[in-house]
Amino acid sequence: MTGTHQSAALVLFGVFVVVTLAIATWAGRERRGSAEEFYAGGRLFSPLENGFAIAGDYMSAASFLGISGLIALYGYDGMLYSVGFLVAWLVVLFLVAELVRNCGRFTLADVLVARLRERPVRIASGISSVTVSVLYLVAQMVGAGSLVALLLGGTGDRARGWTVVGVGALMVLYVTLGGMRATTWIQIVKAVLLMGGTITLTVLVLVRFHGDLSALLTTAADRSGHGRDFLAPGLKYGRDLTSRLDFVSLGLALVLGTAGLPHILARFYTVPTARAARRSAVWAIGLIGGFYLMTIVLGFGAAAVLGGDAVRAAGSAGNTAVPLLSLDLGGGAGSTGGTILFAVVAAVAFATILAVVAGVTLASSASVAHDLYASLSRRGARGPHGEVAIARLAAAGTGAVAIGLGLLAQHLNVAFLVGLAFAVAASANLPVLLYTLFWRRFTTRGAVWSVYGGLVPAVLLVVLSPVVSGAPGAIFPGLDFALFPLENPGLVSVPAGFLAGWLGTRLSPRPADPAAHAETEVRALTGAGAA
Amino acid sequence: MDESDGRAAVTVRQKGGRRAGTPGETVRRATASPQAAPVRDAAGIYHEVHRSPAFREVRRRYRRFAFPATAAFLGWYLAYVLAATLAPGLMARPVAGAVNVAMVAGLAQFASTFLLTWAYARHARLRRDPAALELRWAVTLGTLPAARPEPLALPAAPRAAAPGRDGLR
Repeated sequence: MTGTHQSAALVLFGVFVVVTLAIATWAGRERRGSAEEFYAGGRLFSPLENGFAIAGDYMSAASFLGISGLIALYGYDGMLYSVGFLVAWLVVLFLVAELVRNCGRFTLADVLVARLRERPVRIASGISSVTVSVLYLVAQMVGAGSLVALLLGGTGDRARGWTVVGVGALMVLYVTLGGMRATTWIQIVKAVLLMGGTITLTVLVLVRFHGDLSALLTTAADRSGHGRDFLAPGLKYGRDLTSRLDFVSLGLALVLGTAGLPHILARFYTVPTARAARRSAVWAIGLIGGFYLMTIVLGFGAAAVLGGDAVRAAGSAGNTAVPLLSLDLGGGAGSTGGTILFAVVAAVAFATILAVVAGVTLASSASVAHDLYASLSRRGARGPHGEVAIARLAAAGTGAVAIGLGLLAQHLNVAFLVGLAFAVAASANLPVLLYTLFWRRFTTRGAVWSVYGGLVPAVLLVVLSPVVSGAPGAIFPGLDFALFPLENPGLVSVPAGFLAGWLGTRLSPRPADPAAHAETEVRALTGAGAA
Repeated sequence: MDESDGRAAVTVRQKGGRRAGTPGETVRRATASPQAAPVRDAAGIYHEVHRSPAFREVRRRYRRFAFPATAAFLGWYLAYVLAATLAPGLMARPVAGAVNVAMVAGLAQFASTFLLTWAYARHARLRRDPAALELRWAVTLGTLPAARPEPLALPAAPRAAAPGRDGLR
């Protein structure tokens, strides 16, 4: 990339950072201290605002860079991400959004302890929520790193590292300065920017092919180097039984994971009622669905315009396909249009990463302060102000951990890393949440077993998978302790989480408290006594 | 959509623990002496509401929509994923031009998601929201300490398509 590209993109990105920092300071003024304010932004956002913020939280760099890149490389198999990420929202809308809004206050654990014993359940759910958040953060950090590497060309290794550190530092700043109110506004700004950028690129791709989708697909197939196979399933996940099982495993994790993501659940606490939570989910589904439809066009567009070899050459994981596509659509390298469009897309991608990272960090710090610290600290709760101070510290700690892991995982595909976070969320968080809301006999032991019974297998299977060792693209390619053949653990760990919850409940020394269940059910469906 | 949104119903906030009964400053007089034995505690009220036909109807309506719809879209999604793994030949069959069965199925997933979202939102708005709001009022009024001695004004179970709104006024 030339110096003009770099400086144009950096200027635009600098503007975004300044604007969002201004938002964070403005949102955080005179409001420090209250937990209601820090975790839930005062709970007075409108469904439309929250819908955009949810979309902003959800449409991560994984979606924008990763999915389009996977489609550009593997054609149809990349589309599974788009479909899975969207269909997952029906689980959220039908089973989770309204009920969680009615029963909870700040975190997932708040819903669970409405009818279960507080301390063990809070600790378990806090640990799993932090794990999911950190995995998700790593994915975003890797996205930021590969974007910078693309901007600075082949010499970007140090710059990559510094970007990861810089993104981490900024997100901690946003969260500590402005809490949920600032984070929400940043998500809204980012969602608008991202939708704008995606619509522009999609229109340009369609104009290039004169609106003929069939021609777009045919050209993509021809130039991908795979021919017609490019448009059918099987390129990435069809070689053998293992890779087919991987496909099913990923599909399961995607569709069930969203409803267990702590930062998505936290978004429903920022609106006043369950009805508003439902309407924000409906808004979000509209925005997210439109966005994922466009990522499909962009993915096939990148294959058709650039060709499969060019995409692979720029980065084996495909994360850089969309920025390259924008350069070409604007008029090619060296042209003014190409420079501007490339800069805009790179800046939007940065903005996306920053905003998502801020949202996830906030959710993670809430889990640390509100669930883990409040349960583990011997001195007990020192009031909401002490808790918010802990949450700010936790945000810094989460940032540090994510930076460290982000530096380690640099060359993995972003969408794939997010798939792992989804698998852990689907295994550890979703079973316990659904059991709590819908199963009358569910007990505290069932909840604790369900969380650990999903979390431990999921994490263990990732460690033992070819992602970490034993394969050429692994984190530790030199070592080989890959005992588990699948890259995504969902196929095993999600049923394990549900099974452990059922087993724990059956083997409970005490039966469930019917009064607590009755209260939870009434509150969940009517909104009585909601925070 | 209308903007009423139930915001008016958030007047009573429950701070802290899960047992309702300290509704902010609304009834300062009564909360000042919490040890005065109430006729019926919050748990009792929730229990009573839980058994009432009005609540059962709301729950039935929610479950009758949400559970089958969840089963349907999960089944349809799993069929889509499994078809890609088990029957790639079928998925690769061309439909029109470069568009094959797999593409059509993927886009149909988008379409069905939008359709179900619309159907759920409509069902909840028309069939569930009014009745749920009535129950919320009944619980809220019932858990106000001053109201405890009086019998709970539970609305009748909604029967018609548009449930009556005058159950507790």
